[in-house]
Amino acid sequence: MSNTLLQLNDLTKKYGSLTAVNKLSLTLSKGKVYGLLGPNGSGKSTTLGMVLNVINPTSGTFQWYDGNLTTHEALKKIGAIIERPNFYPYMSALQNLTLICKIKKCSTDAIEELLRLVNLWDRKNSKFSTFSLGMKQRLAIAAALVNKPDLLILDEPTNGLDPEGIHQIRKLILTIAELGTTILLASHLLDEVEKVCTDVIVLKNGVKYYEGAVDGLSQTHGYFEIATENNKQLLSFLGAHSAIGEISKENQYYKATLTKDLSTAIFSKEIQEAGILLTHFSKKQPSLESQFLSLTQTK
Amino acid sequence: MRLLQIELYKLWHSRISKVLIFGYFSLIFSIAILSTIKIELGPISFHLAEQGIFNFPYIWHFNTFMIALLKVFFAIIIVAMIGNEYANKTLKQNLIDGLSKAEFLRTKVYAILAFVMVSTLLVFIISLILGGIYSDYNELQIISMDLEYLLAYAVKLFGFFTFCLFLSILIKRSAFALGFLALWQVIEGIAFGLMKWKLSDLIPQISAEQVFQFFPLNAMGNLIKEPFTRLSAIQNLADQMGEAFTKDYSVSFFNIAIVIIWSALFIRGSYLLLKRRDL
Repeated sequence: MSNTLLQLNDLTKKYGSLTAVNKLSLTLSKGKVYGLLGPNGSGKSTTLGMVLNVINPTSGTFQWYDGNLTTHEALKKIGAIIERPNFYPYMSALQNLTLICKIKKCSTDAIEELLRLVNLWDRKNSKFSTFSLGMKQRLAIAAALVNKPDLLILDEPTNGLDPEGIHQIRKLILTIAELGTTILLASHLLDEVEKVCTDVIVLKNGVKYYEGAVDGLSQTHGYFEIATENNKQLLSFLGAHSAIGEISKENQYYKATLTKDLSTAIFSKEIQEAGILLTHFSKKQPSLESQFLSLTQTK
Repeated sequence: MRLLQIELYKLWHSRISKVLIFGYFSLIFSIAILSTIKIELGPISFHLAEQGIFNFPYIWHFNTFMIALLKVFFAIIIVAMIGNEYANKTLKQNLIDGLSKAEFLRTKVYAILAFVMVSTLLVFIISLILGGIYSDYNELQIISMDLEYLLAYAVKLFGFFTFCLFLSILIKRSAFALGFLALWQVIEGIAFGLMKWKLSDLIPQISAEQVFQFFPLNAMGNLIKEPFTRLSAIQNLADQMGEAFTKDYSVSFFNIAIVIIWSALFIRGSYLLLKRRDL
């Protein structure tokens, strides 16, 4: 049986002359946690809207479960929250989840466990209209999990939440990810994605810039952060080194970007042998944010 | 059945919907109040129920016409039912949760069908009871005459409610949809006036009435014509005044076909709107 949950082939959405999503192709497989990254207006929500049956693609196709299920049948097997939580305001948390079970043709057995998971069991009989945004968002997560989904799609799940709410939702996503649920997390908050995701898809202006493992987002091999009393000697050494590319100064440290793999032990030994006395030395990997920025700004 | 259950679940948990639905069905029973109208002025005694309005088979015509007037009340429920789905963005969420657009529409159409059937059944029961009490003729053969008014009633309601459904999906806002419904009535009236004035000059072979019968609200209105001038008391009065009513009060199956076609178009139109629009 195939591992592919969703496949997009040249999916495009145009609003008049504006191309929101441009020939996007990608594949989501079971068991991974995907981050859909991109600045506001990059086409993340439009892409999700198309595969979730609420936005009509202009061209291109998408297939759920290798085309074995129609979109709406596939959607019964997944869970999704896009933008703000949408529930019937006059119904209680319990009633709203029961209705979703009727739509998804699934059992209501999991409702209690999920409401407890999202800390809403005590408010199960309260009307949705009385909930705070954080509670609404947590109920939305419970709703998205009610059918034990094969894939959980979360679009900006921490939008509009206070720091405590953000912390709660992140914790919840981590818990769900640890349980083995495949997740697609769309966000423009990079640290959110970095903490949770194994794979990442980068979009900008509707175009895919990258698809693959988070680690492989940038092809850099990291950089060394170095400080010394003798800058001239250091710069001369770095300039002549075959594994060092760009050299820049950030605050009091020199940043020597690696062009190929070089271990800390070997490099520190080479510096020592060159007679350079270091006051600071550490190897670093660029953050997802800096990798994302360099990727989207250079293209 | 599952789709109907989904819609009824939504309606059942909305207090406003419950009040409106029970209000509507309670109002249907208000027809029985007419039977209690009694005026006594000295020697003159007038009891409405004894004027023949509850005689079989006339009662089928009278009651279906009168009770159909209450359909506007139920139109509010239909329009609010769709308007709220747009306002709360629950239509979008329903689709994300796995309802197809066709299924979403079917939940609404099935609910309309269910209410039309319940409403028709109530009219049948109430008419049977009132006729049983007040009718001068209680032979089965007479009772079973003119039952096609019940069919016309059901088709009229279904046509009107599907029109409301279409308008509310088209306009999305409950108040505007109801406003447009009222405006449409005026538009049909104006269109008829213009046709009456000019159509015979342009196309002498076709009368304004011939075209007007195809207009949706007029077609629904034509299903059950006003029953008052059919009453023998009114006809006797007209005779004395030298007037004569030569109206055909029977249910026209041609009119039923027109309304059914309109209903199909409204449902199809609603589906196309849902299908083509981004949410």
